[in-house]
Amino acid sequence: MSAVAPRPGPPLWLLLELTYRCPLHCAFCYNPLDFARAGRELDTEDWLRVLREARTLGAVQLGLSGGEPLAREDLETIVGHARQLGFYTNLITSGVGLTEPRIAALKAAGLDHIQLSFQDSTRQMNDFLSSTRTFDLKSKVAALIKQYEFPMVLNVVLHRLNIDHVEAILDMAERLGAEYVELANTQYYGWAWHNREQLMPSRAQVERAEAVTREFREKRAGRMQIYFVVPDYFERRPKACMRGLGSMFLTVTPDGTALPCHAARMLPGFEFPNVRSSSVEQLWVESEAFNRFRGDAWMKEPCRSCPEKTKDFGGCRCQAYLLTGDAANTDPVCDLSPHHSLVTDAVARAEQRCAEERPLVFRTAQNSASLSR
Amino acid sequence: MSVAIDGQSRPRLERRFRLQWEAAQQAHVLLYPEGMIKLNTSAGEILKRCDGAATIAEITAALETCFAASGLYADVVSFLEMALSKHWIEVDA
Repeated sequence: MSAVAPRPGPPLWLLLELTYRCPLHCAFCYNPLDFARAGRELDTEDWLRVLREARTLGAVQLGLSGGEPLAREDLETIVGHARQLGFYTNLITSGVGLTEPRIAALKAAGLDHIQLSFQDSTRQMNDFLSSTRTFDLKSKVAALIKQYEFPMVLNVVLHRLNIDHVEAILDMAERLGAEYVELANTQYYGWAWHNREQLMPSRAQVERAEAVTREFREKRAGRMQIYFVVPDYFERRPKACMRGLGSMFLTVTPDGTALPCHAARMLPGFEFPNVRSSSVEQLWVESEAFNRFRGDAWMKEPCRSCPEKTKDFGGCRCQAYLLTGDAANTDPVCDLSPHHSLVTDAVARAEQRCAEERPLVFRTAQNSASLSR
Repeated sequence: MSVAIDGQSRPRLERRFRLQWEAAQQAHVLLYPEGMIKLNTSAGEILKRCDGAATIAEITAALETCFAASGLYADVVSFLEMALSKHWIEVDA
């Protein structure tokens, strides 16, 4: 017999992945490998209802992502509704499709902020890593974002092929007038997991990038804030992923599947609820999928008796599953995990450049179809 | 490059922040790109009066009236100095 669980707090963060369509083909994308097999996208009315229901529960930070959210022609409608409801609206975009008429319409709809991704500091590397010709376009979009007075976060995912360019990337961000820069070391899920051996930097590369970032912060002391998202494979304690599944974060995927984190779709043995057949309150409060990893009753050793479990919540369930085959295990990033060698071995292989010769697999519909066959 | 503040400064929220009351959290929150700061009661009461028109002396007087208190000036200034250092607010030099 189990005790009645306390009612969960509100899903403060709502991430809507409006579409899996994307003009970029980044090899480090966290989208599921089998995105090409996802069902029909939600209609405008479905998205607006999700917004209302989530806001009633207390959701307040809204991410609009994908795929490329600008591929949805109703993006302005969704933003306008969200803003009216009191959401703080963040557009997370590659910039492709952000024309002047659209950015003006988004401003009028009340969009609060734009996060623009770059893949590197030069045309050649950006275009190679995204498998598109988009560098010049992104630079123009950055100027439009400034012209329309949006705060701009510039996001660059770091990995072996671009991590040595951090100084050039920071120079570029400053030149473009970014208020915030996120140097986000690759997290290995989805396509990034598939390409992990090709993407993982060496420890020396990571340390150099951190040192360069630190120096840049001290030297410039400007208003640009720099976040360096640490690569957890090089740590000894896991990240407090989502502050525990089901505690404050809710993702809705293009086909309406509701997830407690954006990578959770590949966890086996789950029936994730869908917003087409369930209200946001029902799925957040009642569904088994959202309750399974709440609290700490699900934890195994060494987490169960560990005083740090209230700090890191056992780390990431997706990483535990991908590396050990069981989502309830301690995240093997933790050096107390009996599986920690899975992480240190992967880092050691990266040091030895074991996988240098294999090509990156880019995120395309064709690759998705053949990988999920 | 620190800007000094005194009783005649007229603080306003920095452009990238939005202050709003959240019923679900029973608190004022400061919203900014991909982030949120939950404010305690006094921080919320001070910040919601930072409209770029009221001086710090006026804000203090309003708080002392609303909360039937006195001698709040030093606390208000020290909070606003912190808020300024975090770029939550700005004042004209």
